Amino acid sequence: MNSLILNAATRILVALMLLFSVFMLLRGHNEPGGGFIGGLVAAIGLTLYAIGHGTREARRALRADPRAIAMVGLALAILAAVLAVIGGDPFFTGQWLFIGGGEGEKGLPISSVLLFDIGVYLVVIGSVLAIVFALEDEV
Amino acid sequence: MSWLLVAPIMLPIIVAILVFLVREKGGWGRWLSVVGCVLHLAVSIALLLEVWKQGVIAAQMGGWPAPFGITLVADLFGAVMVLIAAITGLAVAVYALADIDRRRELLGYHALFQCLLTGVCGAFLTGDLFNLYVWFEVMVIASFGLLVLGGDKEQLDGGVKYVTLNLISTVLFLAAIGMLYGVTGTLNMADLHTAVGEVENQGVVVMIAVLFMIAFGIKSAVFPLFFWLPAAYHTPPVAVSAVFAGLLTKVGVYALIRVFTLIFTQDVDYTHGILLAVAAFTMLTGVLGAAAQTEFRKILSFHIISQIGYMVLGLALYTPLALIGAVFYLVHHIIVKANLFLVSGVARRMTGSESLSLSGGLYAASPLLAILFFIPAFSLAGFPPLSGFWAKYLLVKASLDVGHYVIAAVALVTGILTVFSMTKIWAAVFWKPHPETNGSGLVRLPRQEWLSLVLPIGFLAGLTLIIGFFPEPFYVFAERAANQLLDPSAYVAAVTGADS
Repeated sequence: MNSLILNAATRILVALMLLFSVFMLLRGHNEPGGGFIGGLVAAIGLTLYAIGHGTREARRALRADPRAIAMVGLALAILAAVLAVIGGDPFFTGQWLFIGGGEGEKGLPISSVLLFDIGVYLVVIGSVLAIVFALEDEV
Repeated sequence: MSWLLVAPIMLPIIVAILVFLVREKGGWGRWLSVVGCVLHLAVSIALLLEVWKQGVIAAQMGGWPAPFGITLVADLFGAVMVLIAAITGLAVAVYALADIDRRRELLGYHALFQCLLTGVCGAFLTGDLFNLYVWFEVMVIASFGLLVLGGDKEQLDGGVKYVTLNLISTVLFLAAIGMLYGVTGTLNMADLHTAVGEVENQGVVVMIAVLFMIAFGIKSAVFPLFFWLPAAYHTPPVAVSAVFAGLLTKVGVYALIRVFTLIFTQDVDYTHGILLAVAAFTMLTGVLGAAAQTEFRKILSFHIISQIGYMVLGLALYTPLALIGAVFYLVHHIIVKANLFLVSGVARRMTGSESLSLSGGLYAASPLLAILFFIPAFSLAGFPPLSGFWAKYLLVKASLDVGHYVIAAVALVTGILTVFSMTKIWAAVFWKPHPETNGSGLVRLPRQEWLSLVLPIGFLAGLTLIIGFFPEPFYVFAERAANQLLDPSAYVAAVTGADS
């Protein structure tokens, strides 16, 4: 499709949606959001780009093969689950690290749960885009 | 302990990721797949030994206690199914070295294959109905991919039927899960064991039980829900259809046995009565359907159906001996069936056709292959002293013990008709001369290809012989597994009391 309006709009929309998707991803731990929703939002943004500029351009902008992105995401999610072995905990137990935490200070919490969410985020982006690109290629 | 339970599920998925990422680097992917399967076999053996020593073991993911968290649990039945899946997986992975072309490799055959193993093992080890649904999905989606990979026209045709029927089954399964949760408030299988009995309206429970029966019935291809199977199983490459034939429908049977021994045992006369009729019709229609076919893999596909009938029979009779028979039958059948499909692939390579009338002369070209076909084929038909004989003997004896003479007769007749089909293949593919070349010009396979095709066949045939000649330890094992199924108190205690 070659539409000037769509082309001009996607340039801003894609950036905004990608940013929003990261926001959704990080917000997800305690509030509505998370890796799945964030991944979908990002995938919609990139799909818009593919419709506006063609899949070739979109693949180039993405740099990596979407299926490889999904696989790396899956690997991260599994890594997050396996990290529990360090603490000697059952599989999938969340591991927490409080950066700068001390007496009475909680610090910045970083957890394997977040890593898992990032994994989900990448899996969703990768698999949705793999399907969308394949369908768009045909058209 | 929790790691031993997790390993058979996590190992294949990790291998799948690695294999996918290196798929463009020559032969790395296929060898990684084989190495992954060897490791998988090792952890499955370790798991089985642990369960044999300790009894039922369970683990709560993330430390969330049952019935709130996700539980993995292995009793003897689950553990032995994982082991058999690993054995089949290894055999097919070696076979795939020669059978899968480069194009399908690049499309991700090995990764999908490992994902399939993940789903299968997950289904065998989960202790939660919703989780079982998720593993079914993992397995089914990987199998969709495998079935249409490469995109031959015939494959797509079979794929559409397969996908449609499996989606219907999945929706029914999910609906049944929803209703069960509505009346009991839990989906943990050990918890359901007690919760289902406390439901006031037992009529609803029976209705849900029948819904589960239909959902799993489609998956395991029982009468009258089997027609997708012969439409799909002969289309993909042999390394795909062998693992389908060995494992996929058997996951449905596993789910039937698990659910109808652990959860729905309130109205055994009604639910298991239906299963008994289903078993009889499944055995007969499958074997009669096979008699009408003239292609190697189509005949074998129909025989899967008739063999499923035997396993369902073991569940339907619901006596200790019958369940021993069902467990024994499952173990014997997966090995034999996967092996027959592998043989059909070699036969097609050498004779150039799968059609019975267009092939022939294999006995003269390779007596070894003929023997390796003979062992699983006549084990399938139940010839003594091969493994199928003991499996059938247990089931027929179990039905005679409770006075079901008709069903015993059906089982025996099905056995005889199976011999008919197997001799038909034997006569057409191995015995008679090749119609075009008069037996002289069959394709000779290069040495390396021959090795990687025949080694797994020999390995599985060897297992069949071992089970056949030394059935005693297998019987003792199946007896213990069946006792755990009939008296789930150890299972329930392991799940609700486990905290690690």
